[in-house]
Amino acid sequence: MNGGNAVPLFLAYAAIASTLLSGIVSLFAVRRHPGFLHTASFLFLFLAGAADITAGGWALLADLTLTDRLALGLPWLQWHLRLDPLSGFFMVLLGTLVIAASLYGPSYTREYTHGEAPQPLPPLGVFTAFFVLGMQLLLLADDALVFMIFWEMMSLSGYFLVAYQHQHAANSHAAFLYLLLAHVGALVILLSFGVLAAFGGGLTFDQMRAAQLTPLWATLAFACAFLGFGTKAGMVPLHVWLPDAHPVAPSHISALMSGVMLKMGIYGIVRIIFDLIGDVRWEWGVALLVVGTASALLGVLYALMQHDLKRLLAYHSIENIGIILMGLGMSMIFLGSGHPLLGTLGLVAALYHTLNHALFKGLLFLGAGAVLYRTHERDLERMGGLIHRMPVTAFMFLVGSVAISALPPFNGFVSEWLTFQTALQAPTLDNGVLRMIMPIAAALLALTGALAAACFVKAFGIAFLGKPRTSHVARAREVPMGMLLGMGWLAALCLVLGVLPMPTIEAMAPITRLLVHTALPSATAQSWLWLTPVSPHGASYSAPFLLLAMIMVFGLGYLFLKRGARPARRCYPWDCGFGQLSHRMEYTSTAFTQPIRRVFGAVWKVDEAVEITTVGIGPIPRVTGIHHHLHVQDWSWLKVYLPIGSLVLKTARRIGFIQTGSIHTYLKYSFGTLILLLWVVSL
Amino acid sequence: MNSLSISWALAAAQTLIFIAAAPLMAGWVKRLKCHLQNRAAPVVWQPYRDLAKLLKKDVVLAENASWLFRATPYIVFGATLLAAAAVPLIVVHLPTAAIADLIVLVSFFALARFFTALAALDIGTAFGGMGASREMTVAALAEPAMLMVVFTLSMTVGTTNLSAITEAALQAGLVLRPSFLFALFALAMVAVAECGRIPVDNPATHLELTMLHEAMILEYGGRHLALIEWASQIKLMIYAVLTVDFFFPWGIARDFGAVSLGIGIVSGTAKIMLLAMLLVTWETVLAKMRLFRVPQFLGFAFLLALLGMLTNVVLETGG
Repeated sequence: MNGGNAVPLFLAYAAIASTLLSGIVSLFAVRRHPGFLHTASFLFLFLAGAADITAGGWALLADLTLTDRLALGLPWLQWHLRLDPLSGFFMVLLGTLVIAASLYGPSYTREYTHGEAPQPLPPLGVFTAFFVLGMQLLLLADDALVFMIFWEMMSLSGYFLVAYQHQHAANSHAAFLYLLLAHVGALVILLSFGVLAAFGGGLTFDQMRAAQLTPLWATLAFACAFLGFGTKAGMVPLHVWLPDAHPVAPSHISALMSGVMLKMGIYGIVRIIFDLIGDVRWEWGVALLVVGTASALLGVLYALMQHDLKRLLAYHSIENIGIILMGLGMSMIFLGSGHPLLGTLGLVAALYHTLNHALFKGLLFLGAGAVLYRTHERDLERMGGLIHRMPVTAFMFLVGSVAISALPPFNGFVSEWLTFQTALQAPTLDNGVLRMIMPIAAALLALTGALAAACFVKAFGIAFLGKPRTSHVARAREVPMGMLLGMGWLAALCLVLGVLPMPTIEAMAPITRLLVHTALPSATAQSWLWLTPVSPHGASYSAPFLLLAMIMVFGLGYLFLKRGARPARRCYPWDCGFGQLSHRMEYTSTAFTQPIRRVFGAVWKVDEAVEITTVGIGPIPRVTGIHHHLHVQDWSWLKVYLPIGSLVLKTARRIGFIQTGSIHTYLKYSFGTLILLLWVVSL
Repeated sequence: MNSLSISWALAAAQTLIFIAAAPLMAGWVKRLKCHLQNRAAPVVWQPYRDLAKLLKKDVVLAENASWLFRATPYIVFGATLLAAAAVPLIVVHLPTAAIADLIVLVSFFALARFFTALAALDIGTAFGGMGASREMTVAALAEPAMLMVVFTLSMTVGTTNLSAITEAALQAGLVLRPSFLFALFALAMVAVAECGRIPVDNPATHLELTMLHEAMILEYGGRHLALIEWASQIKLMIYAVLTVDFFFPWGIARDFGAVSLGIGIVSGTAKIMLLAMLLVTWETVLAKMRLFRVPQFLGFAFLLALLGMLTNVVLETGG
């Protein structure tokens, strides 16, 4: 270990140890004191999260780069570990979500033991610990071997978490698809490391950093890394596993998956492309920008068509990953064309959005989990009126909805604003085509933002507002304190990061210094009140002032108008004279998005039909039933995955004909192979 | 009193003038429209009377209205008020313009709309849902077009700060920039859609087939309705002032002297009155279009803004 302050690294080790303990404790939870040990497992997880935040935050704020070697594994292959500002940043993100999950988990998982179909808790605890452990160590990895081992650990334990309630066929199907794509992704990442290791002459990241790559090989390494990590992050069209896998996992795991696991894909992209390959080319940025824009737009359009709340949130993860990729892409375009400062701006926007998305998506998944916990419903069409029954959950979910819709004063707005500001710097580029595609991408980002707002009006409005659509939803109660605390922690951070963007960006300066050797100077020159990314004369945004003004305006208006006013009278809403309004007259989730479905019809494969059964003949037959059938499918599944799947099956069947089942044939094959090998050797 | 406090005081005064004048503009529009359509016209200050009446009235709430329904009018009015504070009406170089730039302004409208749509869903009537659904669809199409206009302007000027854009337009003088021309038309079309005017929406109707914005606020009454109505009047005024600021800023005060402020007030009033005449003519000669024609209308606005941006990239900045 190198000299200096090594405490953060020890804290990171402590976090790892605590995570391990959490797994071990939950392993024994089945025998004795299941309740106590179960809570203890979450307590250790909480401590691990706190240690992660401290370790990561310390390394980030103090701009420390600590390295260590552990004599583990094979004798000639030591484990290289390193904690630098970039991994510190992601470690803070991980710790924040782990804390939320550990506050939320104890109550939420009680459902599995007391519900109608009891589930054993130890596997959940053990695989949660392995899942977190994998992410902690892959962030610390400083060589490709350690990175890949823990990348696989994260992916594999993720499989078991998705398949936790494996008695449902849909869950095991989702888990299989997840595993398949996780491994395709991991293989491609391995290829990327292979290229870098071949040029660098070793597996450590230091050797890879020093590697001198020809442009062709560098592009190949980039393409492999982009595809591999993009699969994990869920970019279009490699996203199909995501909307299946995330909803079926337990909700605090969904929060960890969407909030953190996807971000490991972003970490991988930033680490390999910005750090290891280093010499960024603008052509790569164009690829990221195009794929990111497509992911953002398609993600939100698919999300709009969902009425399963958790599935809707999963599609929004695709959208937000797209926004992050757009920021990274623009950053690479600027860096590759020799504008390091603007490249830094794009990188900061992307990382800021990474953090924001982790917070609000974690919050929303926990909120959806709270609804699921009390009503056993994921289907929006069967919810309604929950704001009266679960007021605190409703408020938290509202905070998350406003944040993800990129509305001020919450955090989602800040990062989208930064992304817009990056795009607006396009005129500084020399290349006319680049000058054009960046504002167009930004306009599509605006479309994405507006559609996301529509989608969350739908999600919040249908689930929490209006009248209850089923009787068990009408009887729902507020969730226990622990779950509210988990959500409250993330909701508070959403507001803090939205109101104090300047300190956040200043805290990120060590990352950008590490990766692109610049920080945003004009941002730091101003006081903490003003966010001025490019220059003080250009665009500026002051979130603290804004919040102050908002509070003042609302407060004054409220005081001025409420004072002395008589209390509002309550009465039946106007029902057009047809008698009592019922929940069957409310707009449904499907009805809400019907205009959008019609406007953007070509994006989905929409299968819609109305069947009217009638009795009697004549000019006015009596209608006995109306049945509306709607099936919306993802084109990428139909046009990409099903053809590949059927091609694989067809090829397998072709090859299958050599399998006769007769021992004589197999002996012949062995003999033939032997002869062939002997001939090859003798050459 | 130093110049900083003068500028803050002016900013506050300008905001107050803004929100006080917004109903007047609405009254002026209504009066012109009546004249043009051969109807008996109400007096110009009729909107003030309406607002005063609504503010005095009791609030009647649906039995299942939640806190969100009651908070929404304040949020909508507050967001619109803050948006108005950032727009230069009489004088440029105000400190409020630095707090919120054009993108923040657009997102303030989005915030107001988000909560209005949620409040519409709160009671659980079909009207509210329908209004919310349609409004969010139209907004989803209008917002990218609006931001495309913003990008076109700010790429020319190099900033999204409202004061700076106005200042740049002033300094440029009477130069015919093709990109600005495209942006002007696109902005006009977006403004029509965003403010719920003909041909996208009809503010004067309560028919289920034609309603967008009105369907959402159907359940409101009393001071709540007053705040929402006032906010939509301010929004119309903001779009009018934005059009004036970006494309015809001449006359707006550049320093805090009494003479230039006076010129600013007079010229601003005159320009907005003229713009209102254009709006009224446009609303009188056109009919309300079907909901599913609106995407084409807004798509055209987006295309115009895109053309403006491309003209800027290809012709004006040189390649």
